[in-house]
Amino acid sequence: MSNVGIVIVSHSPLVAEGTADMVRQMVGDEVPLAWCGGNGHGGLGTNVEAIMGAIDKAWSEAGVAILVDLGGAETNSEMAVEMIGEPRSHKIIVCNAPIVEGAVMAATEASGGASLREVVATAHELSPS
Amino acid sequence: MAAMNLARLIAAAADTIAAHAEELTALDQAIGDGDHGLNMKRGFEAVRAEAEAFSAKPLPDALKAIGTKLVMTVGGASGPLFGTLFLALGKEISAVPDRTNLTAAFGKAIEAVAARGKSQIGQKTMLDVLQPVHDALTGGKTAPEIADFADAAAEATVPMKALRGRASFLGDRSIGHMDAGARSTALLVRTIVETLEGQP
Repeated sequence: MSNVGIVIVSHSPLVAEGTADMVRQMVGDEVPLAWCGGNGHGGLGTNVEAIMGAIDKAWSEAGVAILVDLGGAETNSEMAVEMIGEPRSHKIIVCNAPIVEGAVMAATEASGGASLREVVATAHELSPS
Repeated sequence: MAAMNLARLIAAAADTIAAHAEELTALDQAIGDGDHGLNMKRGFEAVRAEAEAFSAKPLPDALKAIGTKLVMTVGGASGPLFGTLFLALGKEISAVPDRTNLTAAFGKAIEAVAARGKSQIGQKTMLDVLQPVHDALTGGKTAPEIADFADAAAEATVPMKALRGRASFLGDRSIGHMDAGARSTALLVRTIVETLEGQP
């Protein structure tokens, strides 16, 4: 698929899955989408290996935008991007945006065939800073 | 550094973290999300499980392998932060480092941790221990002195206000508690220098 992919990373699998449901409701199957949440041991948290898996699942040659919740989700997502390495890492961006609104807006933008830069900019507009 | 010595270092580090897991969790419960002790213990036990294979590698590769293992197993924000410390150290260190090379590599590793956490000194994080330890290394301090500097630096995070991590959500309420990451860093520093001192 040539549309930008969306990855949702939350500390809670319930939040991640619920956010993904809302995205699907907006864009159907037009956007590659994956989510992950939880520390991999049944608790709240985020997990680099799971994030790398989600990026693979939502991979698009147009790139992947990642939406995260709290700090550790961002740090782990950036680590996952670095571990995936070049050349793919250049096409993966961790967005600075609220996770639910960001994911829905980014996916809606992506479903229209927007570039990774446009998708990320749409998500960033939601962030006050 | 001989292979046996690295295996001993790994075992000593894993022992220390295991012995202090509850204390680290308690510190993290006060101002964080309360998973630091358990997370660190899981990570260092995973490294211990592969200590033999890691120790057989040249030092730079061994440190990178340790860093990767920590990234994959610790979780939380500490996984990428401690993992990055070892990954960057492995990238910069020589196979047989002298103190000059070790100090320079450690300095680069601290920069990498700061970049990963988008943090700096004085924000109540592990950096507030790493930097004084680096200064002590640069200043030619002895191993016991370095361990004491690390402990004092961790203590010095108590009156700080957290500006990064989950504790920063608490604002002024983060004041009066030691940062869990600073504590675990000081514990590791003491274990490493004491183990190295005890080796021939």
